[in-house]
Amino acid sequence: MEVPRHWRLRQQRYALVGEVCPHCDAKLFPPRDVCPHCGQEARTRFTFSGRGEVYSYTHMSDAPAGFEQNAPYTVALVKLEEGPLVTAQLTDLDGKPVEIGMPVEMVTRRIRSDDGEKGILVYGYKFRPVLAGPR
Amino acid sequence: MDVEETNSDQESILLKPELPVGIIGYGAYVPRYRLPASEVARIWTGGKGGLPVKEKSVPGIDEDVATMSIEAARNALARAGIDPGQLRAVWVGSESHPYAVKPTSTIVAEAIGAVPHVQAADWEFACKAGTEALVAAMGMVGSKMARYALAIGMDTAQGRPGDALEYTAGAGGAAYILGPAEESLAEIEYAYSYVTDTPDFWRRPEQKYPEHGQRFTGEPAYFKHITAAAQALMEASHTGPEDYRYAVFHQPNTKFPQRVAAQLGFKPEQIQAGLLVPVIGNTYAGAALIGLSAVLDQAVEGDRILMVSYGSGAGSDAFALRVTAAIESRRNLALKTADYIARRTQIDYATYVRYRGKLAV
Ligand SMILES: [Zn+2]
Repeated sequence: MEVPRHWRLRQQRYALVGEVCPHCDAKLFPPRDVCPHCGQEARTRFTFSGRGEVYSYTHMSDAPAGFEQNAPYTVALVKLEEGPLVTAQLTDLDGKPVEIGMPVEMVTRRIRSDDGEKGILVYGYKFRPVLAGPR
Repeated sequence: MDVEETNSDQESILLKPELPVGIIGYGAYVPRYRLPASEVARIWTGGKGGLPVKEKSVPGIDEDVATMSIEAARNALARAGIDPGQLRAVWVGSESHPYAVKPTSTIVAEAIGAVPHVQAADWEFACKAGTEALVAAMGMVGSKMARYALAIGMDTAQGRPGDALEYTAGAGGAAYILGPAEESLAEIEYAYSYVTDTPDFWRRPEQKYPEHGQRFTGEPAYFKHITAAAQALMEASHTGPEDYRYAVFHQPNTKFPQRVAAQLGFKPEQIQAGLLVPVIGNTYAGAALIGLSAVLDQAVEGDRILMVSYGSGAGSDAFALRVTAAIESRRNLALKTADYIARRTQIDYATYVRYRGKLAV
């Protein structure tokens, strides 16, 4: 059971809430309160757009404990349009080939159950190929 | 029709807020997987017999009512153009909430950035849980307790393997942000609710799948409540079927809404835009509301819409809406209902069994 940790991370996980540096405007994800670019304090909340592209990826056929029911799946390093790189599962692929540079968008999905059938449900960001349509 | 009041009493049965209220943003969601009804029939009847729908939508392994509500709500926020912190209510109606005890609505409110100055609650009334939340949101905004309120109807319904419901029990729904009518893309002119205690469909707490009263689900339940609600709303508001460009009825299968529309005097072309059950199945608490979102995707200023939900147990909520000029600039701010229906991945029964957790290991 890791309920306190899940609770503490909920905003960054559900909605890609990070930080923006008030000194050099760098966007930070995950939030770390100190800007890696200029070294000054950065605690201003910033919600990322969720748009980005695949920077690199790997297929997982042997899933780690707690993720077995999702296997096989693809984990990608996604470069957000605001700059940071995040590691996340890709979803809604349906055998579609993943390519470096593929545009993706964030969706909030069920990541896993914390303690089998009894524990809390852990929700968080995944990325899917951008859906066609107006926006 | 057995409503016997005089004309003035009839007007008093309408649910009409003091401050005119309307929809300022809306958003749909349908998961991408489709199970053809012929595939269910292949497993259970050798492919014999008529089919109630062409296919139904099935959620992915990482989707549930919380995640689907979050995406629909984000679409509604994109169209409304408001800061989520201005919402004073986030309400989710469903009969497939992910937890038995712990609200879905807090997950949704947190994910869309509506916390912490907000009312959050889950609503239940079989398939009309979503429209119930919509009526309550009218009250919140119409009384000026809140400027904006979010009401969602969303479901990932399950039928017992081999049961008639397994052909149709689909997944999807829609989210609506209500606000003052002058900011709206469609004003809700009136609502009306018709409720009796009718046990046509139920699920006891420890049971995984629902039970239903077989043929009892038709005449005294679905048809009686929808017809009574639609007729009372139209009589009390001095309107008739010819006044509405579109009508949306709860849609547990293809035939029921077609028949109830004809009984009420509506033509097939009036229900066509909102009749999604043939291609996504019965989305339960989402069914009438996603039918309405498909209509709003194509309606124009001045169009009037009648929407009537149905929830087993039993009751119907009827709404009369009038579309405003704001629809033109807002509908393209998010994915449309048809965009979600068009992204379609067909699955077989075995994949369905895995995705829906019907496999005991
Ligand atoms: Zn900086």
